[in-house]
Amino acid sequence: MMRIGGGIVGLVIAAAALGPWVVPFDPSAQELARRLEGPSVGHLFGLDELGRDIFVRVLLGARVSLVVGLVVVSISAAVGTLLGSIAGYCGGKVDEAISRLIDILLAFPGLLLAIALVAVLGPSLTNVVFALSLIGWVGYARLVRGQALRARTFEYVQAARALGATIPRILIRHVVPTTLPALTVQATLGMAGVILSEASLSFLGLGVQPPMPSWGTMLNYGRTHLLDAPHLTIFPGLAIAVLVLGFSLLGDGVRDRLEPGARRRA
Amino acid sequence: MCVEVRAATPPGVSTVGDCSGVDRLALGPPSRNNGHVWRFLARRLVLAIPVLFGVATLVFSLIHLIPGDPAQTMLGEGAPQVEVVQLRRQLGLDRSLAAQYLSFLAGLARADLGTSLRTGTPVRREIRQRLPATFELAAAALLVALGISVPLGVSAAVWRGTAVDHAAMTLSLAGVCLPNFWLGPLLAVVFGVELGWLPVSGRGGLEHLVLPAASLGAALAAILVRMTRASLLEELDEQYVLAARARGVSRTRAVVRHAFRNSLIPVVTLVGLQFGAVLTGAVITETIFAWPGIGRLLVQSIGFRDYPLVQGCILLIAVTYVGMNLLTDLVYAVLDPRIRYR
Repeated sequence: MMRIGGGIVGLVIAAAALGPWVVPFDPSAQELARRLEGPSVGHLFGLDELGRDIFVRVLLGARVSLVVGLVVVSISAAVGTLLGSIAGYCGGKVDEAISRLIDILLAFPGLLLAIALVAVLGPSLTNVVFALSLIGWVGYARLVRGQALRARTFEYVQAARALGATIPRILIRHVVPTTLPALTVQATLGMAGVILSEASLSFLGLGVQPPMPSWGTMLNYGRTHLLDAPHLTIFPGLAIAVLVLGFSLLGDGVRDRLEPGARRRA
Repeated sequence: MCVEVRAATPPGVSTVGDCSGVDRLALGPPSRNNGHVWRFLARRLVLAIPVLFGVATLVFSLIHLIPGDPAQTMLGEGAPQVEVVQLRRQLGLDRSLAAQYLSFLAGLARADLGTSLRTGTPVRREIRQRLPATFELAAAALLVALGISVPLGVSAAVWRGTAVDHAAMTLSLAGVCLPNFWLGPLLAVVFGVELGWLPVSGRGGLEHLVLPAASLGAALAAILVRMTRASLLEELDEQYVLAARARGVSRTRAVVRHAFRNSLIPVVTLVGLQFGAVLTGAVITETIFAWPGIGRLLVQSIGFRDYPLVQGCILLIAVTYVGMNLLTDLVYAVLDPRIRYR
């Protein structure tokens, strides 16, 4: 499972990195006379509503999805780890304050807060990253807080404290490393979630703005031509499904590898 | 509340959640003391108050996150200054932040969510008109999800390791990975346009509900299949099922009468916890199928920069979500008498 997932993700990364250099089409070049033309040998995924090559735009869209996923997951994991470890290790009022903040943010169903934030801040790639990071850190903080609560009772952590180690040192050297396996699993599965969220926002017109290619935006524009040119919708949608599948399988595999106790019954 | 959910791994949802939080739920031997349950629920209700307060504060602050002058942004750059000043006064933006906040909270206490900038009607009325459609769609999506997932999950567990199991798991994986903003249009083309069986937009009879509900329920069904399967497998290995089988109870009866009912408890919990995802999904599904619900209202009001309406929709969805989570706790406590809370 991990190999299949890793293979899919690796393939998409390679295609996104190298594809636009290999495919001999400018993603912005328009052939209006051939607009909405279906897949052919020359244009594997056909042409869009402005006569642009869909294949090269799907490859560039992969870059957007992967970069947004990576940046959002990195920010979320960093902030979540920092706040979660402080809450779990320090306890008391600090824990209470951070936990209440987490509860409040969790009261918003997933994407809703991101939709609200991007709606007021304005649609842009930066705002999408900001909004998704703002809701993303909560899951990591909850996870790390739980791990830190447990790590606090470990003898070597208590010994470090007795020897006079400072809180930042204890957190960095002893607490955070114990959370890394669970964090890795969460981050891998989180990539799939972020990719879907970014595509959802772009689909609603709140994410990446044209002419930058994004799978969600392509689906949004393709929807109006669903009857006469379904290829505008099919290929970006397939790309999302494949990449999400890849990260889901990879995440499940990583979990089985790093947390054997969490292995599902198969 | 923390409920261990192992079998379902929708994108973005981790199964390695924190189970050491304040509200720890544990399964244990049967307890005669129902007071624990009620105390837990009372505590959950009390804890919901600061959460709702925080939600209201966040929703209030949304309008202040708008870059520049919110009134100018709402009316557009070319709007006359007189109108901008008037709107600023109408929204109370000319008052101090504290006064605005107190006024917002006081309004909420009276269920007054302000006035829509586009239509001039109270936000409360706009939402009330759209609410039934969203609840109808959400309920239908849940029914579709349960209707697909329970038989499929049970079959996968009963015939574990067979082609049925593999097919169910593959379908489940596909359902998790397919975005509903892709599935919805495809369903519309196939069943609405090509086959002509079902209408593809608007709200009307039952036939109008089928495609949006299927599109919205598919992802939840995918998660629930895995949950049902894993939960039933766990129950099938329990002593009481083995004892029943040893007493000569048939396998079918052991599954249906004994294991199945208990296996539904985590499934019901997951349905409650996933209700937020259904509401968020409804924003997209309603947009695709022109379903006149809260989700579509939200997207339309974002387009028109009708921020009081945006605030109202967001607040309503968040409060409904909090309420559903509370209800889930209650249902869980009622369903499983073995639960003890500490």
